[in-house]
Amino acid sequence: MTFTLLLEQLLNGLQFGVMLFLMSAGLTLVFGVMGLINLAHGSFYMIGAFACAAIATATGSFWLGLLACLATAAMVGVLVERLVIRRLYKRDHLDQVLATFALILIFSEGTRWIFGSFPLMLSVPDSLSSTVSLFGLFDYSRYRLALIIVGFVVAVGLFLLIQKTRLGVRIRAGEADREMIAVLGVNIDRLYTFVFALGAALAGLAGALVGAIQSVQVGMGEPVLILAFVVIVIGGIGSIKGALLGSILVGVTDTMGRLLLPDLFASFMANKADAAATGSALASMLIYVLMAFVLIFKPNGLFGVEGKA
Amino acid sequence: MKTVLNKLALAVGAACLWITPVAAEPLKVGMITTLSGGGASLGVDVRDGFMLAVKQADNPDLEVVIEDDQRKPGVAVQLADKMIQSEKVDVLTGVIFSNLAMAVIPSALQQGKFYLSPNAGPSQLAGRGCNKHYFNVAWQNDNLHEAAGAYVTETGYKKPFIFAPNYPAGQDALTGFKRFYEGELAGESYTKLGQTDYAAELAQIRASDADSIFFFLPGGMGVAFLKQYKESGMDLPLVGSAFSFDQGILQAVGEAAVGTKNTAQWSKDLDNEANQAFVEAFQEEYDRLPSLYASQGYDTANLLLSAMEKADVNDADAFRAALKEADFASTRGDFEFGKNQHPIQDIYVREVVKEGDVYTNKALDVILADHQDAYVDECKMK
Repeated sequence: MTFTLLLEQLLNGLQFGVMLFLMSAGLTLVFGVMGLINLAHGSFYMIGAFACAAIATATGSFWLGLLACLATAAMVGVLVERLVIRRLYKRDHLDQVLATFALILIFSEGTRWIFGSFPLMLSVPDSLSSTVSLFGLFDYSRYRLALIIVGFVVAVGLFLLIQKTRLGVRIRAGEADREMIAVLGVNIDRLYTFVFALGAALAGLAGALVGAIQSVQVGMGEPVLILAFVVIVIGGIGSIKGALLGSILVGVTDTMGRLLLPDLFASFMANKADAAATGSALASMLIYVLMAFVLIFKPNGLFGVEGKA
Repeated sequence: MKTVLNKLALAVGAACLWITPVAAEPLKVGMITTLSGGGASLGVDVRDGFMLAVKQADNPDLEVVIEDDQRKPGVAVQLADKMIQSEKVDVLTGVIFSNLAMAVIPSALQQGKFYLSPNAGPSQLAGRGCNKHYFNVAWQNDNLHEAAGAYVTETGYKKPFIFAPNYPAGQDALTGFKRFYEGELAGESYTKLGQTDYAAELAQIRASDADSIFFFLPGGMGVAFLKQYKESGMDLPLVGSAFSFDQGILQAVGEAAVGTKNTAQWSKDLDNEANQAFVEAFQEEYDRLPSLYASQGYDTANLLLSAMEKADVNDADAFRAALKEADFASTRGDFEFGKNQHPIQDIYVREVVKEGDVYTNKALDVILADHQDAYVDECKMK
């Protein structure tokens, strides 16, 4: 185990974390502002990736694909909010879970209907496909580095939007007291649509960015959705700051666990194959253990507000 | 005169018996396969291959019912019950995933039905749990990985890094690999099933002194790994089994897969008549290249059709004997069943190449000739 390996894994964990952040930011905003549990958030991730892959293949440009992905995900977000989600705000969480679960099925099979069951091709753009030497120690993928940067830029952008703009004031006010800001003359419908579309676009962006190094296929959003829920529970529901910290915590814990635990078990277990299997089994539980620990000491998550969860 | 008439009647009677077609009773096949969710591309290919053979044979006595198990064992069990009890099928087929196979097959066999597996080949059903009504038309799960082990040994790689997802088929893969590769390993690692980010494994491989990589990552997991491997800048030789390189996913991997080696019992360029006809007809019918899974579906249907020519399914023993002869033109060339009714067949090494705009596999060499699974001796059947 060398220092460079640890450093490289730390970067990998960070990259995984910021992509989770793009996913969980929307989820936590929608829950915080509208009080809605949106299981279909993973579908936006998938829609973003498919839109990007389709346009990138048609035009040959990854960047056009990225634009298309943002536009498509946001548009689908607006449509879904107007047609379905709007009717759910006043219902209890069980109804929301049922309706948004139905949306997952509709989106998944709809996508299969349009694009077929086979994964689509989406490659890293040529300008980012090589590696770059970091600190003269090791070669790191340019694309992963770019993902880290994009993630932090989005985080700063969101922070500024929410803290420094009029829109942000309204979003925060909506979080604090829905009825009151409606009475004060804020068009709450439009605000909700905007927040929902923003969340959808961020999820779509994550899907497209990650899709280029993973596999663009039907159902790709659901595993990420589960992780995003873990993140917002750890970070505190409704808190962007919590989502950022939670994402990075989950990303780094997961990556480091996968590296360190098998070695740890190999150091005292005789059978190497068993040690590898046990270590990796525990590594895949690690983030849930982390979640349990956080909840023991901070039942509302790291930045959660009392009584909000 | 009377005796002459009698004789005539007898002769006519005998002639009638003689010309009565053996399989007058229609045969009903229930296909339960994965047509939605994550593994759908495999089930779709098996179904399309199967139905192509059915269409070509145009046998009015064969009826096929198709259902989608959604890759859920519970759903598969329900569908199997429905097919056996209300649809009254004679033969079941279609299973893709081993965990579903273990949920469905033993109970179908208990109810006296035939099962032809077009894909999954769990070791339990090849060894002690072998059954005279169960035929595997694909491979025993370990087979292709064993061939990969043999290939690594033969090529002279000294320190492969090997990894697979942490679930039964993944563990079987590494066991199978090690059965035919006994040298030193640079590392052995299990990933999470469904994992799509391999940065941690790639860094580990980079830090180890591996001279090659063997991996088993079916479907989307393989797509993700291959793309990330290319972008990591490493250039160790990659060896895998066909499951990470099937026709359906190669287009999604693209350039990153070119030059990698994988082991399979079938390849679209195998030089035999049945295969060439199959590849051509499949493209004609579905407008895409067939995959390994499609060839398995096609072979399964042809096996069934060949048995129908010879025996009536209601005469279970005769039908079983007819199946066991495997008297059909397999797309793999030589094909026969061992005593546990799993295939004895050649396994090839293939290389991923680009033909025009299409990424596909080219067969290089037979790596294990007439290969049989490791569990056959545990099977008590004759």
